Amino acid sequence: MSRLDWLSGYLTRLAEKGAAPRLEPVQTLGPRVRRVTLLPADWGTAAEVAAALGWRWAGVWGDPLADACVVRACLQAREGFVVLETETALEDASLASHTRYYHGANRLERHLRDLIGVRFRGHPQDHRWTRHQAWGEDEHPLRTDFPVAGRAPKRAPADTGYPFVRIQGGAVYEIPVGPIHAGIIEPGHFRFQAVGEEILRLEERLGYLHKGIEKIAVGREPADLARLAGRVSGDTTVGHAWAACQAMERAAHGTVPPRALHLRALLAERERIANHLGDIGAICNDVGFSFPHMQCSHLREQWQRRNREVFGHRLLMDTVTPGGVARDLPADAMTTLRGDHRALREALAPVFDVVEDHPSLDDRLLSAGILNPTDARMLGCTGFVGKASGQDLDLRRDHPYPPYDRLDVEVPALDQGDIAARVQIRMREVYISLDLMDRLLDTLPAGEVSAALPEPPAGADGLGLVEGWRGDILCYVRFGADGRIARYFPRDPSWFQWPALERLIHGNIVPDFPVCNKSVNGSYSGHDL
Amino acid sequence: MLRILRQIARTGTLTEAPPATDDAALEAAGIELRRALEARFRGSLAIRQVDAGSCNGCELEIHALANPYYDLERFGVHFVASPRHADVLLVTGPVSRHMETALRRAWRATPAPKRVIAAGDCACTGGIFGESYASCGAVENVIPVDLRIPGCPPAPLELLRGLLALAGREA
Ligand code: SF4
Repeated sequence: MSRLDWLSGYLTRLAEKGAAPRLEPVQTLGPRVRRVTLLPADWGTAAEVAAALGWRWAGVWGDPLADACVVRACLQAREGFVVLETETALEDASLASHTRYYHGANRLERHLRDLIGVRFRGHPQDHRWTRHQAWGEDEHPLRTDFPVAGRAPKRAPADTGYPFVRIQGGAVYEIPVGPIHAGIIEPGHFRFQAVGEEILRLEERLGYLHKGIEKIAVGREPADLARLAGRVSGDTTVGHAWAACQAMERAAHGTVPPRALHLRALLAERERIANHLGDIGAICNDVGFSFPHMQCSHLREQWQRRNREVFGHRLLMDTVTPGGVARDLPADAMTTLRGDHRALREALAPVFDVVEDHPSLDDRLLSAGILNPTDARMLGCTGFVGKASGQDLDLRRDHPYPPYDRLDVEVPALDQGDIAARVQIRMREVYISLDLMDRLLDTLPAGEVSAALPEPPAGADGLGLVEGWRGDILCYVRFGADGRIARYFPRDPSWFQWPALERLIHGNIVPDFPVCNKSVNGSYSGHDL
Repeated sequence: MLRILRQIARTGTLTEAPPATDDAALEAAGIELRRALEARFRGSLAIRQVDAGSCNGCELEIHALANPYYDLERFGVHFVASPRHADVLLVTGPVSRHMETALRRAWRATPAPKRVIAAGDCACTGGIFGESYASCGAVENVIPVDLRIPGCPPAPLELLRGLLALAGREA
């Protein structure tokens, strides 16, 4: 099937259902991204048809104007992406919910409703999500008339009255946990319903880390947005900064020097490895097996020290900038990095060998926390969570952005969906990233590492799509006047992995919750925004 | 089991490895910290970490304090699960308004005399997130702060030095 066929097939089916889609003649959002404008009444049909075609749903976000709101949703087909777009008046705005076709849409639709005030008809859980008590039900912080400083300077009370689902029954008891957890972790609330040790239901209540990122992004210069994007989720600073820069570069028709693209990929793979190392160790530690934890955490520390030495920051913050990267490799870095890659491979072999096959880990990680492939697909899970549950997706291979278009990226996939599978995928990804990094160094082009970003016309927009270490990151940017940002929306893969945790925990025992949670490791900050 | 022992033997004791750039400084800071804790905190300092709105970058570096290079516990510093067991609250992030009350409650639950450290640029000043409808900005806008450790995020050694400054300062 050619590129055009996949899209015309979709449009024809939409038309058959009575919708009137309008295809944007040129691709302005990015390569392989087509914009389809719809009437508000056709919003639900657009998702229904996409679901019937087996497309993935990749996010929804609003773009509030003075008295209207443009709502966009992104669909992912094998051949490319479609951004659905519709404009509704702000007063009494409502669209058909996509959640019945795509469960992953649930919280993003509620987030949009809380922040902008567009309602989604037929939503199965039509209560607040991101909003706690810091602003009122009829206020919508992302609207243009809502002041950045807010309207209620008083202390925000604790959130109460959230309609948690309760399970009735004599032996059922409820365990509330958080927002502050007993460890060095981000805050969030978990409500368990259990009988004995067995978890019947987990309900998450997030939003505690909401710090207004989408609002404070408005009016920023591109370089400033890249810095902010690098702090959406600190563990994914490269991934989010790259996605934001890619979106800005696409909107502004900027070009990035080939050497800078290679260095970005090098940074992204370094970030992937650092996080995988930290988490593989921590997962083992959560079941009381500290040996891999100590081994992995010392390797991670060495890795971070090298980050600082070669790239200037232990977590690689502010290394990706609009138009390129912040600095070139120091002269001797090639040899150092190649040596590091070799040393890490050697150091990991005996450690991963133990993790792969050790009775005390098998006992706890095999068949625990199973996410079945159907749920993973309904939720749109990507990254190691998706890959361990039959979702063979990776933007670096499926919709490669440079420099991955010149590299063959191997993507591991399993379908048993348990903690062990997620760990296995991550161990495999460490090796794959090491190979990728060697190839990136071997083929590193000469030249500049940054080019000035041209000033885009007001209204220019772009979509960034980058495979972070957790999964696919989608990022929308629209420019306003003077080359400043008018809208920034980053969709972290955690939006789909948090609901996956609610499903995979079902039937596990309460003491296994920490390791199940760690094996998914959603970002609270990246989700709460 | 043999595989594990072999790898442990091969890895050796990292904390005593020949000092690289940071390691000499680390040892010096650590020993001083240990002395200060012996003298003023009966040898142990209990910390409750609270993420009040961080991007999680600060948490990664606080975690690193436990890795074999820093091994914070050997200096007598340990992280506790409850604020009721803590001498110190180590707070990161700008305080999101959704965490404002939770942070105040954790602070009230910490027995006196208590100390509060604001770790990271966000906790010190509000950082890149500043004050907004969703963020109270600096930690000191919500609870009293005794010590600030700047950095985005502060590196483990900077965190260690901050703890030393706090322990050394107590009369
Ligand atoms: S100081 Fe930096 S690393 Fe720490 S929470 Fe703020 S932005 Fe994140």
